[in-house]
Amino acid sequence: MVDLSLAQTPHQAEGRTGRLILRWMLYILLLLFALFYLLPLFVMLTTSLKSLEEIRTGDLIALPRDVTFAAWRTAWSEACTGIQCEGVRPFFWNSVLIAIPAVVISTLLGAMNGYVVAQWNFRGANLFFSLMLFGCFIPFQVVLLPMARVLGLIGMAGTIPGLIFVHVIYGLGFTTLFFRNYYVSIPSELTKAAKVDGAGFFRIFWSIFLPLSLPIIVVTVIWQFTQIWNDFLFGVSFSQAGTQPVTVALNNIVNSTTGIKAYNVDMAAAIIAGLPTLLVYVIAGKYFVRGLTAGSVKG
Amino acid sequence: MAPILEINNLFKSYGTVEILKDINVAIEQGDFLVLVGPSGCGKSTLLNCIAGLEPISGGEVRIGGRDMTSVSPKDRDIAMVFQSYALYPTMTVAKNITFGMKVRGVDQVTQAEKLAHVAQQLQIEPLLNRKPGHLSGGQRQRVAMGRALVRDPKLFLFDEPLSNLDAKLRVEMRTEIKSLHQRLGASMVYVTHDQIEAMTLATKIVVMKGGVIQQIGTPAEIYNHPANLFVADFMGSPAMNLIPAKARSGSAGTTIEIARKSGGSMVLTDRKNLSLPEDVIIGVRPENIADANAHSGPDSQEADCVIDIVEPAGADTYAVMELGGKHVTARLHAETTAAPGIKQRLAFDLGKVSYFAPDTGLRLN
Repeated sequence: MVDLSLAQTPHQAEGRTGRLILRWMLYILLLLFALFYLLPLFVMLTTSLKSLEEIRTGDLIALPRDVTFAAWRTAWSEACTGIQCEGVRPFFWNSVLIAIPAVVISTLLGAMNGYVVAQWNFRGANLFFSLMLFGCFIPFQVVLLPMARVLGLIGMAGTIPGLIFVHVIYGLGFTTLFFRNYYVSIPSELTKAAKVDGAGFFRIFWSIFLPLSLPIIVVTVIWQFTQIWNDFLFGVSFSQAGTQPVTVALNNIVNSTTGIKAYNVDMAAAIIAGLPTLLVYVIAGKYFVRGLTAGSVKG
Repeated sequence: MAPILEINNLFKSYGTVEILKDINVAIEQGDFLVLVGPSGCGKSTLLNCIAGLEPISGGEVRIGGRDMTSVSPKDRDIAMVFQSYALYPTMTVAKNITFGMKVRGVDQVTQAEKLAHVAQQLQIEPLLNRKPGHLSGGQRQRVAMGRALVRDPKLFLFDEPLSNLDAKLRVEMRTEIKSLHQRLGASMVYVTHDQIEAMTLATKIVVMKGGVIQQIGTPAEIYNHPANLFVADFMGSPAMNLIPAKARSGSAGTTIEIARKSGGSMVLTDRKNLSLPEDVIIGVRPENIADANAHSGPDSQEADCVIDIVEPAGADTYAVMELGGKHVTARLHAETTAAPGIKQRLAFDLGKVSYFAPDTGLRLN
């Protein structure tokens, strides 16, 4: 017994160093990838903190010599988007006014839809769900014209409620899919037990299913918020002066400079525009992965 | 008094597939009805139909004398315990038990009283503030029972409530359910695929197969006088021996001739006056084939048989032999002298055998 283990020792040591080298090579590789992916963000950040003078004369990836927040101030409240020069601030609030109600409404409706499709078997439930799913894969461009017509007919063209409406409709397919797949793993006996207990359709949804749904709500909110906040096509198509979201404003800032291109302002504006989605993911990101993987709920 | 539960000519189909065919059952107050059968026989569907969780395609369901056919589950005055327990995962045990009362708008004081009573009855007081996720299988089972008990309904429905428990706990809970039934005098309908559970719990058993009721009766009736080959085979463990035989009427009664493996035949004489067709299947429970000296009932007939396999099971020893081309199990004394390959004198108790027609499978005596 002892002899055997002694004989193996040099072998084992060799294996251990080999594994260690492999492990370090892996770390180095991962580090290189991380640096590579972070490079654009790094350039954006440093550029936004430089003065135009420094950008012209300096190196693209050098750290700023004099850190200045002037570009951020300009981007937030002074940069010109066409003839108007109020920065991204008003548009940022437009985006907030669009994204928050649209996320809340589409998530709630998706939860309700998913609950119905997964737990209340009705005639044609599968067909209904397939059609909802189909809605996820219709390209944005296809719905532009019909949607513009509908918005015009119901008198919501160019308004913020109109944009909320568009995003809710377009998001329903996804939110229904998320919630349906989550609720399908919940045993139907739970619904039956509640029915025998005397609870009705909404009571069961409100008291039993919604409290179970935190992980999938987080997933849906992140998904919907990212989609709606980052949307450009609907924002540019269905808005008018005063209701444009931040993505449209960003485009206008970058494309409507006169004379010198203010790279630092562009970068600052881009970061401001991207910050909320980043924030949502940082705060709720761990639930995102957890919610996508954990489906079943043990009764 | 009207039967507590009455099912008349109930049919249930999904599309063109008939799941339940012409079900007729009635039970009195205090009865413990067990629906038993192999999986897919429709027993759980029948329970769901009684609960109103599945609409029925024909016939009627009456509970407490009232027609409940198109009444929703909450108004049927029933409580149900599910196989997966179906506890509400986000609610504490106390909230789980009181949820039904809360939905029905029962006042707080009554809720607390009933909760305390049920918790004490089931000894789950220490668990009241826990969530179902932190309970063991047996504890969840108790909470599920508590949720049903607190309702004090006309009829309790149980859908295989013990099948998720381990063997030891299952026997414990079985006894507990039985004592609960005796204490409360409540009416219960219980679904199981376990025929031992059916035998031990029921005051009345319904054996089902393929959506059709095979037999309704007390456990003793079902066990001793199975109505057909299916019931004979399904109820009892080890199963009843079903041996093909030739019957001939004579002056001393009926002679039963069973082919032996070695050629020739074993002849038994049933002194009762039976009018059997020539081809029959004789059904003998293992305990009705015993060591010759140990068993000497008036209807016993002795015969020598070559034993193939001996299986000691502690309290008894099972001996397997081949008769009429079938494996036949005898339940012998624990200290039997039987040994494989050796001839053993066995006593067949013809007072307790059943005869079946091979073609229809129906009972003949």
